[in-house]
Amino acid sequence: MKRLCLLIIPVAFSLFSCQVALGVERFPPPDFESGHQLPQTTYPPAREGVYEYIDVAVLLGALSLSSYLVLRRRSRREIFALMLFSLLYFGFWRKGCICPVGAGQNIVLSVFDSSYAVPFVVVLFFLLPLVFTLFFGRTFCAAVCPLGAIQDLVVLKPTAVPFWLESTLRLLAYLYLGAAVLLAATGSAFIICRYDPFVSFFRVSGNLNVLIIGACLLVIGVFVGRPYCRFLCPYGVILRQLSRVSKWRVTITPDECINCRLCEDSCPFGAIRGSTTDWPKRDYNKSKTRLAVLIILAPVLALSGALATRTASGWLSRAHPTVRLADRVYLEESGKVADTTDASLAFRGSGKPIEELYTDASNIQAKIGLGSLIFGVFIGLLIGVKLIKHSIRWHRTGYEADRASCLACGRCFDYCPREQVRLKKIKEGAEGGE
Amino acid sequence: MAENKNNITRRNFVKGGIRGGFLAGLGGLVGALIGKTAKTHTVWQIDPEICIACGNCATHCVLEESAVKCVHAYAVCGYCDLCTGYLMPEAKELDTGAENELCPTGAIKRTFVEDPYYEYTIDESLCNGCGKCVKGCNAFGNGSLFLQVRHDRCLNCNECSIAAACPSGAYKRISIDEPYLPKKVGRA
Ligand code: SF4
Ligand code: SF4
Ligand code: SF4
Ligand code: SF4
Ligand code: SF4
Repeated sequence: MKRLCLLIIPVAFSLFSCQVALGVERFPPPDFESGHQLPQTTYPPAREGVYEYIDVAVLLGALSLSSYLVLRRRSRREIFALMLFSLLYFGFWRKGCICPVGAGQNIVLSVFDSSYAVPFVVVLFFLLPLVFTLFFGRTFCAAVCPLGAIQDLVVLKPTAVPFWLESTLRLLAYLYLGAAVLLAATGSAFIICRYDPFVSFFRVSGNLNVLIIGACLLVIGVFVGRPYCRFLCPYGVILRQLSRVSKWRVTITPDECINCRLCEDSCPFGAIRGSTTDWPKRDYNKSKTRLAVLIILAPVLALSGALATRTASGWLSRAHPTVRLADRVYLEESGKVADTTDASLAFRGSGKPIEELYTDASNIQAKIGLGSLIFGVFIGLLIGVKLIKHSIRWHRTGYEADRASCLACGRCFDYCPREQVRLKKIKEGAEGGE
Repeated sequence: MAENKNNITRRNFVKGGIRGGFLAGLGGLVGALIGKTAKTHTVWQIDPEICIACGNCATHCVLEESAVKCVHAYAVCGYCDLCTGYLMPEAKELDTGAENELCPTGAIKRTFVEDPYYEYTIDESLCNGCGKCVKGCNAFGNGSLFLQVRHDRCLNCNECSIAAACPSGAYKRISIDEPYLPKKVGRA
């Protein structure tokens, strides 16, 4: 037998080129005369399985508790404690995956790709915070989201960001959301996960570039409260809109605003809106003209948005491995490059016809092209809506937390003298009861 | 004042309507997905029939020590003396000196069973998932060595970063109930 092996190997060397061939039984497994037993290959079960439902239960519990703490207890300290717990549990213990921010991509993929079934747990992770936000405001962001929590810890010297800048930077989050949906729908990539800036901290390892981005965000976060939440988070974009119509909301004052302006600068996230004075007639007329111009301009904005993303779609589609592979194979076929890559070798080894690859790639490109058109129109209109919103004077009689921007952190509560009255009353009530 | 109050009730009514709409939308989404949801989680796994043992598995995992390890399907192995997964192809002499071993970490142990058969076992704590042995075994042997994501180590990232870097598209999402794709004893 030994001689047989020695004979076959040179033959095999000459027969099989460098290409990997599989499942060939060149040397029949032996029948041992000594009765040797084959060892068992071990297959350790997934550690994930145990936590599947525990995670959902913890999420549900944390969301309920967070809503209770924000709206009823109004205690920053307790919100902070829950936030720490979430950071430790969802972040450092469960390593930040799966999180509601990224779960949307699985849902989108499942809608567009008939062969992908999204796990039920992932659906719940995506939905529960949305439903809670519809009723209680962004209490998920307050004390449950591990990404928000890690940023909240470093808010030390928050400075105010001018309103126009904040509003403009927020467009990044919409762009991010759009690109993430587009790339998830076409099965190209999950960019929210790939560029999740804090997950490498939770795992204490990971891609170096992403680690650096995360570190930068945390450094910026010392001076600008929660930069990822305000300017980048794609899930936050959805939460903003739902929070606008929430049944209950965060209020700075427990009962009525006495316009003392003590809370004015208390929010590190620029979410407090002051009471308004009536506009002078001249301003009012000016804004009316501006509004009219903007409404006429809206289609132009939509069109230019579409044009912009149309140009970017070629670049976006390279996120899809098939498109990248087709590009590469095309280069090799046309003799523009002489070497090969692992991917092109693997493709050639698979025996799939090149034409088929090209067709697949151009189908994907067409889909991404169409998607980016829709996405561009959406962004264009969004800019229009933003401009229009800024030309309207909203009427407010007191200081309040902006429904969309307020992250329900509870920092402003203690600044309100009415809150102090409330706390005193509770204390007295407790003492009187004894 | 009365007008103000009216305004507020009206606004609340509209908000309630929109909220109802959103809830219905979310409900609809769940309804549409319910036929397509998998009861259990999925995990990432390598299809050994597609993997070309490129080496990315060792370097692209988010973990410091890759969750991918070499696995040996003993029933497929020929127990060859001249194992091309174990020895360098250019190894001049048939001895087990480190310079003749293919595995850069010395994770493969060779034990004598009976003439002329040797058994090869993998020390998982040493293996870094580089796939050098897999390539060798696939090229000239039975292909009994293959790479698998070890689920006691894997964090089950929502997007596996090795999958994103895999040149052959060998990564699949499979049900957590059967989380491995072992090599079968099929006769080729
Ligand atoms: S805005 Fe996004 S990252 Fe920030 S707390 Fe909310 S969900 Fe988390
Ligand atoms: S609770 Fe107050 S301090 Fe916190 S985000 Fe909302 S408005 Fe700002
Ligand atoms: S990256 Fe893909 S082809 Fe390379 S070793 Fe891993 S599974 Fe195999
Ligand atoms: S050659 Fe690479 S994959 Fe094979 S056992 Fe050694 S470290 Fe593991
Ligand atoms: S899912 Fe994550 S931990 Fe597991 S193999 Fe892939 S990158 Fe590594």
